[in-house]
Amino acid sequence: MSVSLGALTRPARLSRRRRWGEAQMRIVNEKNFWAGVMFLAFGLFFAGFGGRYVLGTAARMGPGYFPVVLGSLLALLGIVIALGAVSARAAAENVAAFAWKPLLLVLVSTVLFAVLLPALGLIVCLCLLVIVSSLASHEFAWRATLLNAAALTAICVVVFVWALKLQLRLLPAFLG
Amino acid sequence: METMFANLGVGLSAVLAIEPVTLLGHALSLPMNLVYCMIGAMIGTLIGVLPGLGPVATIAMLLPATFTLPPLGRLIMLSGIYYGAQYGGSTTAILVNLPGETSSVVTCIDGYQMARRGRAGVALTTAALGSFFAGCVGTLLLAAFAPPLADLAFRFGPAEYSSLIVLGLFGAVALSSGALLKSIAMICLGLLLGIVGTDVNTGVSRFAFGIPELDDGIGFVVVAMGVFGFAEVIGNLEEKESREIFTKAVGGMFPSGADFKRMIAPVLRGTALGSALGILPGGGAVLASFGAYALEKKVSRNRAEFGQGAIEGVAAPESANNAAAQTSFIPMLTLGLPPNAVMALMVGAMTIHNIQPGPLVMSTNPRLFWGLIVSMWVGNLMLVVLNLPLIGIWVRLLTVPYRFLYPAILVFCCIGVYTVSYSTLDVLLTAAFGLLGYVFVKLGCEGAPLLLGLVLGPMLEEYSRRALLLSDGHFSVFFTRPISLSLLLVTAALGIVVALPAIKSKRQEAFHEE
Repeated sequence: MSVSLGALTRPARLSRRRRWGEAQMRIVNEKNFWAGVMFLAFGLFFAGFGGRYVLGTAARMGPGYFPVVLGSLLALLGIVIALGAVSARAAAENVAAFAWKPLLLVLVSTVLFAVLLPALGLIVCLCLLVIVSSLASHEFAWRATLLNAAALTAICVVVFVWALKLQLRLLPAFLG
Repeated sequence: METMFANLGVGLSAVLAIEPVTLLGHALSLPMNLVYCMIGAMIGTLIGVLPGLGPVATIAMLLPATFTLPPLGRLIMLSGIYYGAQYGGSTTAILVNLPGETSSVVTCIDGYQMARRGRAGVALTTAALGSFFAGCVGTLLLAAFAPPLADLAFRFGPAEYSSLIVLGLFGAVALSSGALLKSIAMICLGLLLGIVGTDVNTGVSRFAFGIPELDDGIGFVVVAMGVFGFAEVIGNLEEKESREIFTKAVGGMFPSGADFKRMIAPVLRGTALGSALGILPGGGAVLASFGAYALEKKVSRNRAEFGQGAIEGVAAPESANNAAAQTSFIPMLTLGLPPNAVMALMVGAMTIHNIQPGPLVMSTNPRLFWGLIVSMWVGNLMLVVLNLPLIGIWVRLLTVPYRFLYPAILVFCCIGVYTVSYSTLDVLLTAAFGLLGYVFVKLGCEGAPLLLGLVLGPMLEEYSRRALLLSDGHFSVFFTRPISLSLLLVTAALGIVVALPAIKSKRQEAFHEE
């Protein structure tokens, strides 16, 4: 069954390939293609910057030897993966759309926490972290979020500062 | 046999040792290690119950909170967290039909069906008892096999270690569920990220770009938290559907005599399979549970009931994943090589205390070594004794909406990462790895090989450099030494087997059990 199906579809696929193949590549497997591109970029980055360090020889490796070898290997793997994704035999797969709102809000809330912590202290920063990240939920509500922020901040102060005695600034620097 | 029990005795006395503590101003004498074990198991369950937070993220999150403990207490608490997180994952699987973590994916199938028939209590007890039995067997295996393996490890030179790491990394890929080439690329990326920091041989700072914090390298907690914790939170927020929570009565807790009879064989088979798969690099709990379920479906007399609430479908994978969780400690403790991401975190926890995991630990620090092994068994016992009565609390926890939970997860992640070395840069890096982790998910790349590469990268570089230095730059050193050669041959054989089309489709089938 599968054999006859394959024979039937092959001419169609060939003609499609002719139509697309000469002018532009067709990305059949988007996931693998972009993954390959990502690996290629990382590989080139590490191999490129690694080349600035002393390479040395196999017997006496310099700090650059390992990154250059591994980086080149990664770049090569990236190319193979990306090429596999444009071949007509690749399984078709699409990259799902990014959920930008939760992604950005979660990242921004974390960055705010990190940047403001030395100046504003734990209490303010935790509240900010909870409130900004809560905006990412489709069920966001102010009252519940504020309560959650207060409760979580209280728990953290008790557990981390009071019980575990971790060295964390509680209040903003300008309040002493 | 006798030495084994003598060793276990050393461990037991270490775990039960009574230490003076000051609690709220009162001087008390308590078996503190037991207390740590209990706290770990409780907290692990608490977080493991939450869907979408697996043991890796849980351990990474709680790692900094255990900083103040002595080394043994810390490892005991972390392994308690590990078992707790696994057990919590099964609870979620049975009650909500959502796996708390990947190793309980198959438990969902029959466990949830049992719950729908008012047999949730029986399913939970089955999971707990099966896990406990498997845990006992796993502990004994660990105690029996650790010393001979450690002896073997003493004969390992740098060439053997390099080959072993290559085998471990490749095995992790071959036995994982992801696409082969992408997983290998993820390992390379992990190895490269592990290189960031000061080169131990020459003192040159690599890829730090003048940032002093990066001279110490990228912390595995940062990567684990970003790739597993943050990326999972963002991914969960994306799925807007509100979770349907199974709040029907849990039902009676105790399996009937007939249930017990049906449980025995699957538990035994699951334990055997899980113990074997756990030792393999990259094997661990996930593969074990999938394998055990598939096996049961083939050999069980009640195979027609599978998918409709067969008790075998809960007993086998739950025993298997716990047995594997236990035996996956063997390569970590004896060779110092973590076979999976959880063990990679444990290695990190040990190195923070300047204990280099490996064959030496057993002889230089027997109390720590055997104490840890015994605590695993105690931890399993604790889960049965504590968690079955507390089932009501875990069920309640499942009804907390996600919009309250995820900010809490972020808060604990941020404080956790920050307090590892009081560096705000680490928090920023975690956010960056969160973004990267989210991209990985979108592109179908697995995070576990990355973490394994990150931990093993510096080791691999160090050992292979030393091996090549000794051989004067001849790569033949890896092929002429018998142990090294056989390790590489196993790697090659694994590569060939996985690449065979027949196995390839079987491998995909095994991970798509549904």
